[in-house]
Amino acid sequence: MSINQSGWRPTTPTKGNDAAPTFTGNKALMLEEALIFKIGDATTTGVDFTGFGAPTAADDKLSGLARTAPIGLPGLSEPETVRHYTRLSRQNYAIDLGLFPLGSCTMKHNPRLNEKMARLPGFSDIHPLAPVDTVQGALEVIHQLAHWLVTLTGMTSVAMSPKAGAHGELCGILAIKAALAKRGEGARKVILVPESAHGTNPATAAFAGFAVEDIPATPDGRIDTAALIARLGPDVAGVMITNPNTCGLFECDLKTISDAVHAAGGYVYCDGANFNAIVGRVRPGDLGVDAMHINLHKTFSTPHGGGGPGSGPVVFSEALTPFAPLPFVEKQGEHFVLIEEETAGEHHADSFGRMVAFHGQMGMFTRALTYILSHGADGLRQVAEDAVLNANYVLRSLEDVLHAPFAGAGPCMHEALFSDSNLADGFSTLDVAKGLIDEGYHPMTVYFPLVVHGAMLVEPTETESKAALDQFIGALRSVAERAKAGDASLKTAPHFAPRSRLDETQAARKPILVWKEPAPIAQAAE
Amino acid sequence: MRYFTEDHEWIDVEGAIGTVGISNYAQSQLGDIVFVDVPADGRELAKGDEAAVVESVKAASDVYSPVSGAVIEGNPALADSPDLVNSDAEGEGWFFRITLSDEGELDSLMEEAAYEAFVAKL
Repeated sequence: MSINQSGWRPTTPTKGNDAAPTFTGNKALMLEEALIFKIGDATTTGVDFTGFGAPTAADDKLSGLARTAPIGLPGLSEPETVRHYTRLSRQNYAIDLGLFPLGSCTMKHNPRLNEKMARLPGFSDIHPLAPVDTVQGALEVIHQLAHWLVTLTGMTSVAMSPKAGAHGELCGILAIKAALAKRGEGARKVILVPESAHGTNPATAAFAGFAVEDIPATPDGRIDTAALIARLGPDVAGVMITNPNTCGLFECDLKTISDAVHAAGGYVYCDGANFNAIVGRVRPGDLGVDAMHINLHKTFSTPHGGGGPGSGPVVFSEALTPFAPLPFVEKQGEHFVLIEEETAGEHHADSFGRMVAFHGQMGMFTRALTYILSHGADGLRQVAEDAVLNANYVLRSLEDVLHAPFAGAGPCMHEALFSDSNLADGFSTLDVAKGLIDEGYHPMTVYFPLVVHGAMLVEPTETESKAALDQFIGALRSVAERAKAGDASLKTAPHFAPRSRLDETQAARKPILVWKEPAPIAQAAE
Repeated sequence: MRYFTEDHEWIDVEGAIGTVGISNYAQSQLGDIVFVDVPADGRELAKGDEAAVVESVKAASDVYSPVSGAVIEGNPALADSPDLVNSDAEGEGWFFRITLSDEGELDSLMEEAAYEAFVAKL
């Protein structure tokens, strides 16, 4: 169970501010901004129709079906609209503003070269139904990217279409399901998921119709290999293992586990969300993995984090390749063709179907291929090395002030994991996270993974320089020392953000999801 | 008679009817509870089955049935007032009532003193 011992309540008084409040509510360049419905006026639009007179019956091209009552949309002029969203964007935090330590998310810099390539009209202005002869370049990008993903992972094939990590998981598990059905072993209904796996793994298995059974973690944060192997049997369809796992550790026994799972007739799904830590260094195919998704939006940059779309191609072993979903791109002579239901023929008769209507996220493909080609084999290897080095630098720089539960187990991979167990009584991970906002950082991932009490998961990625890491470490050290000393001001942090501590409890218990017009206007709006 | 599980559920037993909730220690660890999903009337539960879901501001957790039996009713008050679990976990914040199918299962549970000793070690 996760813990909230912070003691904070909405009624807790906030820290007094000596300065007089401003007339506008703005604090210098920190601008207050109302809801768009409150600043808008239905009579204001971006276009001025004055002089055209009231519409007549002859103007009505909708045969009397034109709307007669307001529909409750805000009306703003163009500059009002631009300012509204620009002001809101200033209250946001982004990787383009600073270090984004959100563990498990790989918030790395998205090189601008990616953007330049993705915006080439031949990639950005095409339609998924365009004749294949007119989009050969785009198909070549998909084909080349597929080649490099298969090469980097040591697998046999790749399904490019899944749209994100969890979608990729589903794709892999459906392929396992199809393979078991083909073998006449549909009775295998259990998927084993270790505690160190991503939270989406058990959800995926359950969604695909399997029963999920937990496998415990060892005290050093890895899979209990003996417990997993002991559970294997004729009812087990497979395992889902996150490697490196959510504790930021490499699952050293994966090959042993894979061999045992295969011997017992099951398949191995690997959650490749943390592939960034091992790309160019480890090929999951060599570890006996049968299917693994790759988050292009993590390992191979591309914008994400409330921004761009995700993309989660799934690589398959030889055993699962016949069951991979359609469509995919194939090179026939010098020509790239799209293999779909009509063209697949008997070669792909066992394909389990489709994950999406079309080919996948073209924009992400272009960015990921740009990232791969611009880094090269040596560059990708250095990505993994630097990501791991940076995480270990954070871990070793802070383990004297924050409790690091697995620091004794050796180096971490791409992320450093701390717990709240040595903070002062009444202080928790939440207070450290809120204090970090005042220091100008997005907080790290908190209270995940669940196997660690009050977890704080920091993933610096290879993007950050030593200077940037040192500043972040200094900030987190300062906040942690305040939490250990029982600094009461931390209980009401953040103090310098546009909003101080929010009433998350009330927001969850009584969420207001839709803006409602004030009563008098509501009558007119019907 | 009140019994506890190692997963922090409690059960009050009167005759063959049990009332189940989560312990005061559990609610204090979960923090502010924002949503509770209780089992439907008549649902057959085996001991250890996932019977209810409790969500706090930070996490969703499963609540396991401490005994086997048929659910008589879920606590209707929790739909609108999940905070009852915070304010009175071992009273008004009960989750569901169940007809025990095997009272012998109670032997594997802890009595209050044993549970307090168990929690003290966590």
